[in-house]
Amino acid sequence: MRSAGATIPAVGRTSRISLPALAASSLVLVTTALVFVFFVAPNDANQGFSQRIFYFHVSIAITAYACFAGGAWKALRHLWKRDPRADLESYVWVHQGLIFGTLVLLTGSIWAKISWGHWWLWSEDQLVLFLVLFLFYCAYFMLRFSVDPGPQRANLSAVYALFGVVLIPVSFAAIRLAKNLIHPVVFTRHGPNFGGWMLVTYCIAQVAMLVLAYTLYRLELSGKRLDGRLRELKEVLV
Amino acid sequence: MLTARRLGKRYGEKRVLRGIDLELPRGGFLVVTGPNGAGKTTLLRICAGLAQPTEGVIERAVERGQVGYLGHEPLVYRELTAHENLELYGRLYRVAERRERIGMLLERFGLWDVRHERVASYSRGMTQRLALCRVLLHEPELLLLDEPYNALDEAGAELLDAQLAELRSERTFLLATHEPARVEPFASGRLALAA
Amino acid sequence: MTYVRDVGALARKDLLLELRARDTLPAMLLFVVATFVVFHFSLPAHPSKLAASGLLWVAILFTALLGLGRAFLPEQEQRVLDGLVLAPCDRSAIWLGKSLATLAFLAAAQVVALPLYALFFRPLTGSQVLGVALADVGICAVGTFLGAMAVTTRARELLLPLLFLPLAIPIVVGGVGAGVAAEPGRYLVFLLLYDLLFAVICWASFEYVVSE
Repeated sequence: MRSAGATIPAVGRTSRISLPALAASSLVLVTTALVFVFFVAPNDANQGFSQRIFYFHVSIAITAYACFAGGAWKALRHLWKRDPRADLESYVWVHQGLIFGTLVLLTGSIWAKISWGHWWLWSEDQLVLFLVLFLFYCAYFMLRFSVDPGPQRANLSAVYALFGVVLIPVSFAAIRLAKNLIHPVVFTRHGPNFGGWMLVTYCIAQVAMLVLAYTLYRLELSGKRLDGRLRELKEVLV
Repeated sequence: MLTARRLGKRYGEKRVLRGIDLELPRGGFLVVTGPNGAGKTTLLRICAGLAQPTEGVIERAVERGQVGYLGHEPLVYRELTAHENLELYGRLYRVAERRERIGMLLERFGLWDVRHERVASYSRGMTQRLALCRVLLHEPELLLLDEPYNALDEAGAELLDAQLAELRSERTFLLATHEPARVEPFASGRLALAA
Repeated sequence: MTYVRDVGALARKDLLLELRARDTLPAMLLFVVATFVVFHFSLPAHPSKLAASGLLWVAILFTALLGLGRAFLPEQEQRVLDGLVLAPCDRSAIWLGKSLATLAFLAAAQVVALPLYALFFRPLTGSQVLGVALADVGICAVGTFLGAMAVTTRARELLLPLLFLPLAIPIVVGGVGAGVAAEPGRYLVFLLLYDLLFAVICWASFEYVVSE
């Protein structure tokens, strides 16, 4: 048996893309997306202006999935490769996922109110799925804050993050199956056939959200790493 | 058998161990001393594999099944009998001639008569003696004992002395204690931890 | 083969502990019956097939949680879990042994609860019972796993329902569907797949839950 401890690595730059550059790109992309969503994309035949929130709703949803997947990937790296940086990275990805997930619920709720007159629709698969995931990842945070920092907390968080990512398709299947029981009629999906400018607008919105998520991730990560480094230095001085 | 270099352990904000170097060759007997809170228990837990160091390296030449660990807790189920507890550990450690070995240990440590009573009904001394049975059950190469004399009465302490004397030449020991004088005759090395 | 023997020894230990203490199983039984009575008063008379099935699953889930919260209690007291973790056996055997024992308790509670449910509310169909059996496996596998996690935290058993309920939602869907749908087969297969998928994940990752 051989065990080696690992100290928190230095806060040096590990990625070639600098944070200011990322922030600038985010700003540009989000602005472009807003312009496209509100001015460039054509009006939807069925739902009119309110459908536009969908560009954000869907792109934010995909981004949230990507964040949760990122969290699970880093969790795997922590458990399998014993990567000392991976625990914090996994946590920050899950955090971003939860933030974007909350936005999905908010945008979805707004869309539901505008389109159907209700603030909540159980018939919307995506919305229900995100509610379940919201509960799950909130529990992740409760778990994390209930354990003192250390290898045990990292292990538990990593395992739970992996469960989460498996839960996504399983829950989706479950929600579909549940619909058969409650509403035998399958609701026709809101999305129109994406063509032309609609597709372009969506793509821009999606890229913008992904870059924004990555920017926030890097921002939070560097902040937390700095905290850790400061604590370490304090230790040495004591 | 056991080597540690610049070993350190931190629990959140609190640093429990710092810069520990130790070398325990096969057949050695290392006595670890230090005041309460110096990290003796943490050090033993790391050696047993129950905790991971936050700094430094530790290498142990033997596998889990060859380690016998006696911590502050006896690690026995209170609602099971001595016999049932040892049966369970005997199976998990794949002890050969399990029944005979369990019987022999229970008798040696004076627990034969109470072997079918729940551990919850034992005195502290008896529970600690059962813990010693548990530790010795699988004849481990490396024995990690954390203040084993603490909970023992005088009779139990004498039994432990006899066991240590008997096994001294065959096994490797790491023993943490408040009273190093008692085990001084056995010691081949000493490690003092500062608070 | 030694793995199977390890699991057997551990499961036997848990059954023995419960037989001695005799607290969890009676509590689960009493709880499930009390829950049925509360349902009778809190819901309209003659609930629909769907509603009645829903009741059953809420009762099962919360009764299971009652038992699962206490599953690792003997190991938690005085850190006996350390003793098991130190043993050379595969750590996943600890999870599997405990799950099997918990499954036995849950099944024992349901042997009483299900006939009572049929008496109070609606008769049970074969596919419904099969659904319960399959769901039990998933509940015990995941619940025991999460129970081990919860017990190491500061919040302890308080955390278990929070960790468990999102993961239990697919089980409830499968279970209700098995009882209510015109084609229960789909739901039963879904439950089976859930069980397999999560059992494998639990089995593979339990090592990390109990070691640093």
